[in-house]
Amino acid sequence: MYMIVVTQVPFLVTIWYSLRSWNTLTPGSNKFVGFDEYKLVFADPTFRSAILNTVVITASAVIISMILATTLAILVNRRFIGRGVVRTMLITPFLLMPVATALLFKTTIYDPIFGLLDWVLGPFGVHQVNWVGTHSVAAVVAVLVWEWTPFMMLIVLAGLQSEPLESLEAARVDGANAVQSFGLITLPYLRRYIELGLLLGSIYILQAFGEIFVLTQGGGGHGSATTNLPYYIYELAFNQFNVSEAAAAGVIVVIATEIIAMTTLRLLSTLFRASEAMG
Amino acid sequence: MATVAAQRPRRRWLTRRRVVGTFWTTFTWLLAFVLFFPVLWMVLTSFKREGDAYTTPPKIAFHPTLSQFSQVFNGGAGPPFEHSLFVSLVSVVFVLLLGIPAAYALSVRAIERWRDVLFFFLSTKMLPYVAAIVPIYIVALHIGLLDNDWALVILYTGFNLPLAVWMIRSFLLEIPKEVIEAARIDGAGLFIELTRVILPVAIPGIAATALICVIFSWNEFFFAYFLTATRGPTVPVFMISFLQSEGEYWARLAAAATVACLPVILAGWLAQRQLVRGLSLGALK
Repeated sequence: MYMIVVTQVPFLVTIWYSLRSWNTLTPGSNKFVGFDEYKLVFADPTFRSAILNTVVITASAVIISMILATTLAILVNRRFIGRGVVRTMLITPFLLMPVATALLFKTTIYDPIFGLLDWVLGPFGVHQVNWVGTHSVAAVVAVLVWEWTPFMMLIVLAGLQSEPLESLEAARVDGANAVQSFGLITLPYLRRYIELGLLLGSIYILQAFGEIFVLTQGGGGHGSATTNLPYYIYELAFNQFNVSEAAAAGVIVVIATEIIAMTTLRLLSTLFRASEAMG
Repeated sequence: MATVAAQRPRRRWLTRRRVVGTFWTTFTWLLAFVLFFPVLWMVLTSFKREGDAYTTPPKIAFHPTLSQFSQVFNGGAGPPFEHSLFVSLVSVVFVLLLGIPAAYALSVRAIERWRDVLFFFLSTKMLPYVAAIVPIYIVALHIGLLDNDWALVILYTGFNLPLAVWMIRSFLLEIPKEVIEAARIDGAGLFIELTRVILPVAIPGIAATALICVIFSWNEFFFAYFLTATRGPTVPVFMISFLQSEGEYWARLAAAATVACLPVILAGWLAQRQLVRGLSLGALK
């Protein structure tokens, strides 16, 4: 019951507001207008670019962190000295408060003069680049990748560790080398785990707000290149006080997320049945 | 002679294997170090004086000072920490109070259609926060919960509950059925069964669940920012205040970030074995 009240009621209220034309700055504007606000949202070029930005930011962050995470998971899955310490070090970025991470990256790493990035790239002839200003999307994506790689790594690692050893053993007996047995046996086995990581990652990164709020305030090299949907809704509701348009945009985001979510749920359900069958 | 000849390539193969192994180990360490470096840098910077924080090349050797930490606490970090602590702890208590019975009803004594219920729980987790913030803000405004810790307690309980139910359920399922049945045969009632038989076994899993919920509540920024910004900010909202003075106080920012992240980093390290289970909603072990 509690879950229904806390999660479903706000959504119903959102739909209700989205069908009205409420702007808190305009008295008497709170009345029923049907789908007009949706038309307004779709007509807004910022909304369309916000969709595009969301797709670009989410997809690149999810894919890059998955590649990095799979590499790391394979490396950490070996036995070596200090494996526990390395694992602990690797999961730490995920534990950091996202807002603090973004602040630290903005100052100590991305700063054009005193930032670490400027110092590291100095010998390669890169000097005093305003990372956040000119490469804003890349700057945001880099922070997101740094934050979410550990999450993906843990999921892939769980997959690697649950892999039945017999099939690998059989492959070795058949004369497969390390690369072959990885490509032919481990990777197909990992597929479900990688999919799960990608989907859950997408659902979370789609909602990235704090990082963008801190790093770029939705701005960027080309106008508002980092305004993703959450930031767009925030601007509508809390800077332009356009409650209904924000609510309408919110409903659209829900529908979009729902598509990813349904896929995730289906995948989880198969994993879940599989582990049940094993247990 | 024949045996020596046979052994030699084998030994060479072994050393080659060892060299390759050392290479990968070094490579792994190097990667881990690079990825961990920003965290290390945060901690290092927090012990610097402001003058040492702005140098090219960045300074690694400096006179450590604790003054940034004392400034952070004198600069108003106390109340945000109290708010965050209160919200995280109270919401986790609610999560456990509601989550343990729910998980029990979905595993040990499974109710009808438990699978649907379980997936309904999960589906609620997938609603994007942004879609809910406008109505939540308005509701909070009308019932006077704006700038009130309880608003966040209710919300955080709501968004951590599905995760907790899934996770606790996966721990409860690991308790051997025979143990529970034996207790029932001995005449244990529901309450005794829960408190004497199930909880003692499931306590490590429940503790890990609680830690993960605390991590999420502690780091949450979106709701906290909108619902408590003016009075009663939580730690993430407090961190945002550095956005205005950013560029002038790096060392102090680093000190504040260190203090803000430390509890969660420690909690996460403690719970790292269970972390993956929490993150995959109990689907993976």
